[in-house]
Amino acid sequence: MSSKRKTKRLGIEQLQRIIELCRSVEEGSLDPFLVDVDDIIEIIKRYFPEWKKPEELCLDAEALNRLASVIKMQGEWVKNRSTSLYTDPFLLEEKIRKLEAEQMAEIFLKVWHPIVEFEQISQHSLLEAIKYWKNLLPISERWKNVEAQIIKAGIATRSELVKELFLDERTFTEKIEELWEELKERVGENGKIKYWDFVAAETFEKTVKRAYLTSFMVTHGYANLEVHPLEDKVYLKPNKRPTSLVKKKEVVSIPISVSYDEWLKWREKAKIE
Amino acid sequence: MSRRKALYSRKIKRAVHLLFFRRHRKPGVKGWELRKKLGSDYPKVLKLLDNYLAKLDLKINTVFEEGQPTSPENPSLEELDKAIFYVTLRGELTPTETKMMGWRIDDIAGLAITITYIISKGGKAPREEVERILKEKLPGWRAEMNIDRYIRAGYITQDENDQLYLDWRTRAEVDEKMLIDLILGTES
Repeated sequence: MSSKRKTKRLGIEQLQRIIELCRSVEEGSLDPFLVDVDDIIEIIKRYFPEWKKPEELCLDAEALNRLASVIKMQGEWVKNRSTSLYTDPFLLEEKIRKLEAEQMAEIFLKVWHPIVEFEQISQHSLLEAIKYWKNLLPISERWKNVEAQIIKAGIATRSELVKELFLDERTFTEKIEELWEELKERVGENGKIKYWDFVAAETFEKTVKRAYLTSFMVTHGYANLEVHPLEDKVYLKPNKRPTSLVKKKEVVSIPISVSYDEWLKWREKAKIE
Repeated sequence: MSRRKALYSRKIKRAVHLLFFRRHRKPGVKGWELRKKLGSDYPKVLKLLDNYLAKLDLKINTVFEEGQPTSPENPSLEELDKAIFYVTLRGELTPTETKMMGWRIDDIAGLAITITYIISKGGKAPREEVERILKEKLPGWRAEMNIDRYIRAGYITQDENDQLYLDWRTRAEVDEKMLIDLILGTES
């Protein structure tokens, strides 16, 4: 038993070393060809049957992923060397050191094809500019001194803020709870309702708002999402009382697209029904 | 003149306006811009214009900024849409002509050395090294000034670690492969 544990520990250390080595290559501090790919694959293969826990399998996957990056770098190196542009840098450096400035300039003129471009004002744009200038008010008129009014700062009441639309009459939690009540009323005998049947409203704007609130309703544990990936169906199930998923560490993100097209499709279907 | 001929004549004129007059911070027109203004047959319009420009010692140069196309002789429309098109000189400039353009022979030699050195180092080289190699034949102040000039003109670019790279103007104006071949083939 203890020898098995020892093998596992050794394997984890080896994987970590492989990851470090590959990372150094990716950062450019090591030559990609210092990595013996066959050797590393052999090590990864040897320890693979030992891995049972997800974190061990993740480490194994990371090592493989890093190794793949190194192989890619090796491939790019070979590709670069095989292109016609690759020449021995020392040879080239030596050449440019030895060539006279005149010779270099002469060579360069053979391969230099400067861009041709014009910078010219047209009669049309000149006329437009004159027209603009004629209509432009003098700066003294455009920048008139505006006499600043001093207004004493006061305190706004909540009702005033609501009136000015800075605040909503209901708090966010109140809105979520209202939606929760609606969900409880609308679910059928099986205690669930199709996601789209619940969030969709008569306008797309309202639909987006309801989808936004629904996402918080689920996050705060007022309801659960039931996903049937094979049937491509998502259901909403209200909870009797809010249960915090964060505390239970059961938080999973489920992205649901609420697009205009999707809403149009729902509306057409609703009309037929 | 047939209707078809008149249509292409109009499209060629439009292409001349787009290609010769700078519309953005940098010269050149993107393929998708040409498609928008000239229609999806813009490669044909450019080919006709290129044939015409050949008589004036000019050409339309296509630069594939996102890597070489899968088939360089016959790039796809999608690859052309991402490319940038420039009008460049087809032939060569004489030293007298370059002087009239404001380029001294030292400046041109310096640019050739800078570009070649960067290519020899695999696409990037420390500014310090380029300056050192230029200072072997140019006064120190001139070497530094020239590098700044090449950067301003868009031939090279410099990052925050003082590494120099080739920039858009080199890709548009310089035949890099031929430059290397000529340097290696020249007796020193």
